[in-house]
Parts: sequence; C-alpha cells; structure tokens
Amino acid sequence: MSSLEILLRALPSLWSGLVVTLEVSALSVGCALVAGLLFGTALLYGPLPLRLPVRTVVDVVRGIPVLVLIFFVYYVGPAAGLDLGSFAAAVLALSLFSACQVAEITRGAVASVHHGQMEAARAIGLTFRQRLLWVIFPQATRRFLPPWINGVTDTVKGSALVSLVGIVDLMLAIQQVIGRTYRPMPFYIVGAIIYILINYSLSSASRHLEARFAYVRD
Amino acid sequence: MGDALVRIAAVGKSFGTTRVLDGVDLDVNRGEVVTIIGPSGSGKTTLLRCVNALETYDEGSVRIDGVEVGFRDDRRRPRRDRDLSRIRAATGMVFQLFYLFPHLTAAENVMLGLRRVRRMTKQAARERALHWLDRVGLADRAGNLPSQLSGGQQQRVGIARAVAMDPKVLLLDEITSALDPELVGEVLAVVRSLADEGMTMLVVTHEMQFAREVSDRVAFMDAGRIVVQGDPETVLRSPRSERLRAFMSRVSHVSSPGVG
Repeated sequence: MSSLEILLRALPSLWSGLVVTLEVSALSVGCALVAGLLFGTALLYGPLPLRLPVRTVVDVVRGIPVLVLIFFVYYVGPAAGLDLGSFAAAVLALSLFSACQVAEITRGAVASVHHGQMEAARAIGLTFRQRLLWVIFPQATRRFLPPWINGVTDTVKGSALVSLVGIVDLMLAIQQVIGRTYRPMPFYIVGAIIYILINYSLSSASRHLEARFAYVRD
Repeated sequence: MGDALVRIAAVGKSFGTTRVLDGVDLDVNRGEVVTIIGPSGSGKTTLLRCVNALETYDEGSVRIDGVEVGFRDDRRRPRRDRDLSRIRAATGMVFQLFYLFPHLTAAENVMLGLRRVRRMTKQAARERALHWLDRVGLADRAGNLPSQLSGGQQQRVGIARAVAMDPKVLLLDEITSALDPELVGEVLAVVRSLADEGMTMLVVTHEMQFAREVSDRVAFMDAGRIVVQGDPETVLRSPRSERLRAFMSRVSHVSSPGVG
C-alpha cells in the first residue's frame, strides 16, 4: 500500500476523532466561559462568604495539572458518588480547569475598567446587573478577549489528554491508526497540523475581534 | 425654608480616624442653586456624593423630597442596591472627569439611563437624547464616541446625560476643574442656562466668579463643617470668617479659571 492510500484509509477515523476533539473543546470552552464569568464576578463583587470558597477553588484548581484533574474526576468521582462516565468526567474536569483561568481573566479585565465608570453607571440609577451588563463588561471585553482566546487554545490542546481516559478524540484516533499501520511519523505530523490549524484560526479570529473592540485609546 | 428639596441635617462621616464631615446642615430649596466652596479636603465633594448615595454617611440624615437617601428604615439599615438605584435616578450627577461611557456614542451615553432606568422605547429615548444634545450645543456630535470629542464637549455630554433623566436635583462636582481654560466657558454657559430655567442644583466649584453669578446661596466648608453660608454677595464680598478670608485670598491669586 502506498503512503497516500494508507492516509486515505485512515481519514474516517481521524475525522471522527476530530469531531470528538471539537465536541470536547467546545463544550468545555462554553461551560468554562459561563462558570468562569460567574466565578470572576463573585471574586470581584461577592460577599466574603462567597468570595472565600471561590478563591480557594480557583487557587487549588489552578495549581493542579489538567491531567491530574481529569484523572481525579474520572477515578475519584465515582467513589464520591459522582459516576459520570469518561466523556462527561473529562469535559467536567477540562471545564473546571478553564473556568478558573476565565475567572482570573475576568477579574483582571474588569479591574482594568476605570472605577469612575461604575460611579457614572450608579449615578444614572442603573442596578448592579445593569451596570455590569451595559457598562462594565462591554468595556472589559477588550481586555478579556486576548487572554481568553489564549485560554481557548490551551483548552483545545489540553483536550488531547482526554484520550488517556479512553475517549477516542483526535489524539487517540491517531494512536489507533498508528497501531494499525506502524507509521508513527506521518500521522503525528498530520495530527500536529490539524491542532495548529484549529488554534491558528482561533488566534486570527481573536485579532479581528480585538480590532473590533479597540474603541478606547489608551 | 419650608420647601427644602434636599435637606441635609447633622451629617457626619469618618474615614478611619479622619472626620471628613462633622455635622453638616444644608438645605437646597426647589429651583435654588447652592454652591459649596472651600479648600481641598474640606469635605465638599464627599458631602455632594452623600446626596446620591455614592458615599455613605455615619450620622445625621440626607433627604430628597422627604425620602432618606442612605438608610431604609429607622434602624438605619443601609439601603439595598435596587432601592439605591431608584433614589439615584432622582438625582443627576456630573463628574469632574466626565466619566462618559467610552464604548457608547454621545447619544447612546444619554440614552442608556433613559432606556434601562426610565424604560423608554429606543425611539423615544433617542429623541430625548438628541433634544438634550441639541440643548448643550452638540446636535452634530450625537454619533461621536467620547474619544472623538474635546474635554468641553465631553463634559457637555455629561451634563446632557444627567439632565435628560429629568432629575429633581443636579449635582455638579467640580465640573470644570479638568478642562483647559478656554473650554470652561462653554460648559458654564450650559449650567447657567439650566439655572435660568429653574433647575435645582448643588454645585461644588472653584470658579468663584461663576459661584457669584449663578448661585442663590454659597456655603463655605472647612474641615468637614459649613463655616459660613448665605447669599453670594455677602459671603464672597465681605468674608467675615478668618478661614474664608484666607481661602479667598488664596484663590484670588490664581489667575487661571480652570484651576482645580
């Protein structure tokens, strides 16, 4: 069999692996965004009884390697009555990890908005939620986007680790193909190129978004 | 003075061991312009910010139209955020550093409160915003972002944003102090026209000439107290208080009207 033929025959496996990688990444990024914004807001404005536990979780999770976190949720979860199956456990672990990054990014981005903005929003009578929604978050977005997209690419790359709890994502699909064909080199290269393509398109999207939100000169 | 719109009574406040407000009494009647002058650190901005609950006060009471601003009941429990929003909507504030929303155009800056607080339709809010931008001489700047406007123009948008909400009282906090001297006039002209129309205002300023012309009453603050108050001629022309005399001689040496 020619190399090209081998590659063509491997394509369906790689494709379904890629779909799983994209699913895991998209779900984790989405959950992490929602949870991270809530965590970050709690860190910024929450009362102490809320701020303290969130601070602890964020610091602990950020100090653990993602792989350890995935194993922890997958293996220790069932013992604690949280039997999720490998896919949900992996997504939960990745989400939690990224959520804690998002929380810190949110905190930093909001802190960069001048305190006078909050005052002006208060002065016209906006409620707390309205102040965040219409005044603070739109301005924080510009500072939020670059590190957040960075974090998204980290999540996409980190998603390769879910192969270690038996989820057939792009990474594991590649390894299975290599197991069948004994051609490690070309397939690892193909895999690397696919990851680079995903992340490169993300970072160029980020540059476009940054340009769109560059309304404040400073 | 039975018709006090804003009634400040025995208000006291401390930051740690520093006594910033030390038993302040001040009434602002409907349609009246009251100006607070005094050296920096005398507590005048803090007092102004107590009127729309941007600051809390420890003692005394601040009432707008009879409604206590800082506390929700006789046990002096602080108001919740939602209450405060309602109370703040009854006042308008213009800031020294404008604090326009940089991501919104001039018109959108004015519209935000109309839409979200006054719950006006987009169309109605836009009409009202354009009316007020026209009033402050910026009809042609409605679509500009704050970064595309001069300081004086930004401050006039700030005034339009506050006045468009139809507040009971307008609070002006050293609104010309951050402006280049040649831009001060255009902003003061807008304030003067609002005063002529009977807008109730409480003003903190370093513009003595302006205070003299526009105010119905001037209050001189020092060390957290109102030392003297009365009609501008009496207070400013013949300062009886030693501290006011010292203050007046300092500010009269300052030639630039924009100094704050």
